[in-house]
Amino acid sequence: MSILTYLIPISLTLGAVGLVAFIYTVRSNQYDDPEGDSRRILSDEWDDHPKP
Amino acid sequence: MTALARPMPAAACPGCVATPAEMPAPPPEEARIALSLPGIHCQACISTVERALSAAPGVKSARVNLTLKRAMVEADPEVRAADLASLLQGVGYEAHELDAGALAATKTDAAGRALLVRLAVAGFAAMNVMLLSVSVWSGASDATRDMFHWISAMIALPAIAYAGQPFFIGAYRALRARRLNMDVPISLGIVLALVTSLWETSLSGHHAWFDAALTLTFFLLAGRYLDHRSRAIARSAAEELTALEVPRATRVTDGAETEVPVAQLAVGDLVLVRPGGRMPVDGEVVQGKSEIDRSLLTGETLPVFAAPGLVVSAGEVNLTGPLTIRASAVGQDTSLHRMADLVAVAESGRANYTPLADAMARGYAPAVHILSGASFLGWYLFTGDLRLALNIAAAVLIITCPCALGLAVPAVTTAASGRLFRKGLLIKHPTALERLAEADTVVFDKTGTLTAGTPEVENLGDHADDLPLALALAQGSRHPLSVALTRAARAAGVTPVEVEDLREVPGFGTEATWQGRTVRLGRAAWVGAPEEARTTAWLSDGEGTPRPFRFHDALRPGAAETVAALAASGKRVMLVSGDGEGPVRALAERLEIADWTAGALPADKAALVHRLGQEGHKVLMVGDGLNDTAALAAAHVSISPASALDAARTASDMVLLGGSLAPIAGACVTARSATTRIRENFAIAILYNFVAVPLAIAGLATPLIAALAMSASSITVSLNALRLKGTK
Repeated sequence: MSILTYLIPISLTLGAVGLVAFIYTVRSNQYDDPEGDSRRILSDEWDDHPKP
Repeated sequence: MTALARPMPAAACPGCVATPAEMPAPPPEEARIALSLPGIHCQACISTVERALSAAPGVKSARVNLTLKRAMVEADPEVRAADLASLLQGVGYEAHELDAGALAATKTDAAGRALLVRLAVAGFAAMNVMLLSVSVWSGASDATRDMFHWISAMIALPAIAYAGQPFFIGAYRALRARRLNMDVPISLGIVLALVTSLWETSLSGHHAWFDAALTLTFFLLAGRYLDHRSRAIARSAAEELTALEVPRATRVTDGAETEVPVAQLAVGDLVLVRPGGRMPVDGEVVQGKSEIDRSLLTGETLPVFAAPGLVVSAGEVNLTGPLTIRASAVGQDTSLHRMADLVAVAESGRANYTPLADAMARGYAPAVHILSGASFLGWYLFTGDLRLALNIAAAVLIITCPCALGLAVPAVTTAASGRLFRKGLLIKHPTALERLAEADTVVFDKTGTLTAGTPEVENLGDHADDLPLALALAQGSRHPLSVALTRAARAAGVTPVEVEDLREVPGFGTEATWQGRTVRLGRAAWVGAPEEARTTAWLSDGEGTPRPFRFHDALRPGAAETVAALAASGKRVMLVSGDGEGPVRALAERLEIADWTAGALPADKAALVHRLGQEGHKVLMVGDGLNDTAALAAAHVSISPASALDAARTASDMVLLGGSLAPIAGACVTARSATTRIRENFAIAILYNFVAVPLAIAGLATPLIAALAMSASSITVSLNALRLKGTK
């Protein structure tokens, strides 16, 4: 059962990474316009260079 | 719930985290101009609008929000919103200026965001602890079990300390006010579960309740978040309605006109109000002649003649000619705002309503505490084992913890208000649906509520010979009566005669020369006709007696059907108006309303609603004017149309977004169905308790049973709430 020594920290770390990533998306206003963002991705307007 | 459905989107896309430069630019920091774009719907719309706005001179940046159908523009101070709006109209999109100040509150929904992060933390912790618990339930023992319990404790303690704060704070407030609410048993259950679990773990016991405490927190936060979201959506839509009326006025200083925000006007300023504009201040007319429409304030449909010396109030609409007003009261001192005092007095009508959830909590919380306390005492006295007794008390609290009860109301109200929102009814107040379900008496205002506020010619048939001349005169004016006459005559296929020197005399009517005679269409006194007590325009062709064109207000779409449907469902329908007796009686007869009152002052309306309330009726008030505001606030539940004054919309619980009254009858049905679902949900939640509580008291409940009962009841309750959508 010594494998648990590795598995538990690994699973906790992965979960924590997901949690931190989620908090980051909330903090950076990524849920302000879900409908618009899902459509913007279809636009090829800024494909070659980022929007200035 | 989009955020819940995919809780960790960035985890699948590590690049997003590594290259923050690619994240969507946040909306411009100091967005000076906000535009409402009701017509946008696709990617091409976003690109076109953003390109058009960015190309405009002086615009620094522009970003469209498709969810809110809004564009935020950061630009130089000299750029005017009206120019940008007409620019967008040019590329084919309807655009309206929004008052950025009124939108400030929706910009960052800090409370919603904090709740979402708490929900995520609780969810993360609950999932991890649940994984560890599953291993314990499936047979991990001795040192492994102890280790799993300790890890669970390490995750659960900080997670609950952070995520559970809304409940702890709510419980603390309630206790300090010597009341009991749902937060009290929730907090007590969670804390007791953590304490006994820690104790058990330190003694390497078999059962720990960390998973139960966390799942409980997670489900309850989900209910809170749903509740918050449906309220935030309603608030943002209500704010948008307010923001559409940009408070701006034209100030005249030494003959020069400048456009300034209404807030900057001072007493003594000269303000120019153009035809069609609304008075921004109280004051006195110093220059110009016109007619003004006072219907939003008094309910009177008859336009009032305005000339220098007339005192006007904020909110009245100028009809024909430009008027210059000397401000006598501005901002908070205007009669519009003074009305708020009346509203504050009337507010009591709603204050003594107990929401279903609170009524539930009032009975439930003490029962749970007594049950838990009794089982603790019983076991302690019976066995003398403090640890066992505490364990059982915690189990009882956890099992009875109102997890499904916390979801019972928000799940239903979210479903119902989403459904009504799509039909065009905005629910502003959290308990409005419950109160609407109880309504048995409906009181309607007349002008602007049952009627559309646009006049209609009543006696077109009497004037077959005069119509060509009347049309020729009416065409030359923007006065609502002339517009209505023109529309009706054109629809009847009338061709206007040729007239010369057509001109509008503000405040009186239109005048022209026809066959060498002066012909007039306008007010009674001006054309030499007797005054009438109703809305009438007179036509004089220079010889013979003037002929009257009588008008009545056009019905608002859906008014007749709504009144009929409400009456059919057994509700008492009443009509109360500030207008004169003639028009009110005519409308009441048209809509078959037996119960009507004319000439009611604002205080009379509120008193009537109050009296009905004291007689035990639950009154639904539907009104739009300033004169209805107090009655709207005094009623058990109230609805106002989107065209209503801001003050009236603020005072009411629900707002009709479209022009039609039709959603009201449907809303009553949905509200009743929603209340039934809420009661069913309470019944389901209590049924689970009936099954599980005896087990807990008998000391047979394990964390596994608690987890199963809790999840099963929460899911059943949510599914039951969704059934609402299926009902027609």
